[in-house]
Amino acid sequence: MTSSALTKPQVRDLLAKRLRFCIHGSCSFCKFDVAAPRKKARADFYRNYDSMKDFEEMRKAGIFQSAK
Amino acid sequence: MSFRAAWSLVLRKGGLGIRGIHSPGSTAHGKEKMSPYTNYHAQRSYPMPDEPFCAELNAEQQALKEKEKGSWTQLSHAEKVALYRLQFHQSFAEMNRRSNEWKTVMGCVFFFFGFTGLMIWWQRVFVFPKKPITLTDEWKAQQLQRILDMKGNPVQGLASRWDYERKEWKK
Repeated sequence: MTSSALTKPQVRDLLAKRLRFCIHGSCSFCKFDVAAPRKKARADFYRNYDSMKDFEEMRKAGIFQSAK
Repeated sequence: MSFRAAWSLVLRKGGLGIRGIHSPGSTAHGKEKMSPYTNYHAQRSYPMPDEPFCAELNAEQQALKEKEKGSWTQLSHAEKVALYRLQFHQSFAEMNRRSNEWKTVMGCVFFFFGFTGLMIWWQRVFVFPKKPITLTDEWKAQQLQRILDMKGNPVQGLASRWDYERKEWKK
C-alpha cells in the first residue's frame, strides 16, 4: 500500500469546534451590539434626569391617586 | 400521485364493466388481477414487489415465461420488454412522470381560502357581537394618553418616542 498525497480530514470534535465558534460569535454580538447600546441609552437618559420635575409633570397630568 | 391513484381506483371499482381503462403509454396487458394495492400501482418506495403484475398468463405469455428460464441471450428485445411488462406495472420513467395535478390542488386551495374569507366576512356582519368598550377608538386614545402621562418605558420605549413639548410623536 503506497501512501497517497491526501491528508486525512478532521474527524474529531466537529460539534465542539462549531459550538465554540457559534457561542463565541453570539456572545460578542450580544456584548457589543445589544448590551452596549442599551447601557448607553440608559446612561444618557439618567445623566440629566430630574426626578422631581418628572414627578411634577405626572402629578399635573392627574394619574396619581394619593398626590393630587 | 396518490390523488390520481385514488381517482383511478374509484373509476375501476365504480364501473365493474369498465375493465379497459389503461394508463396512457402502456402496452397491452394480460388480464389484470384485482391485486393488493402495493402491486396495483407502481411505487418508488417499493420497486420490486413479490408478485408480478400480471398473474394470469395466456398461453403465449406462458410460453414466454418458459423461454425465460433458459438463456436470456436468446430473448429478443421485444420479448424482454414483454417480460418486463408482465412483471411490472410501470417503469420508473412512467411512474415518476410529471402531471398537472398541482394546478388542481392549488386551485382548490385558493378556492377554499376565498370561501373561508367569505364565511368570515358574513360572520363579522351578522354574527359577531358589539365590540367591548375598551376597543373603541375613544377608549384606546384615552388609554394611550394615560400611558404617556405615566411615562411608560421612557428610556427606549413608547414614552421616549413622544415629544412632550410639542405634544406629538418624535420624527
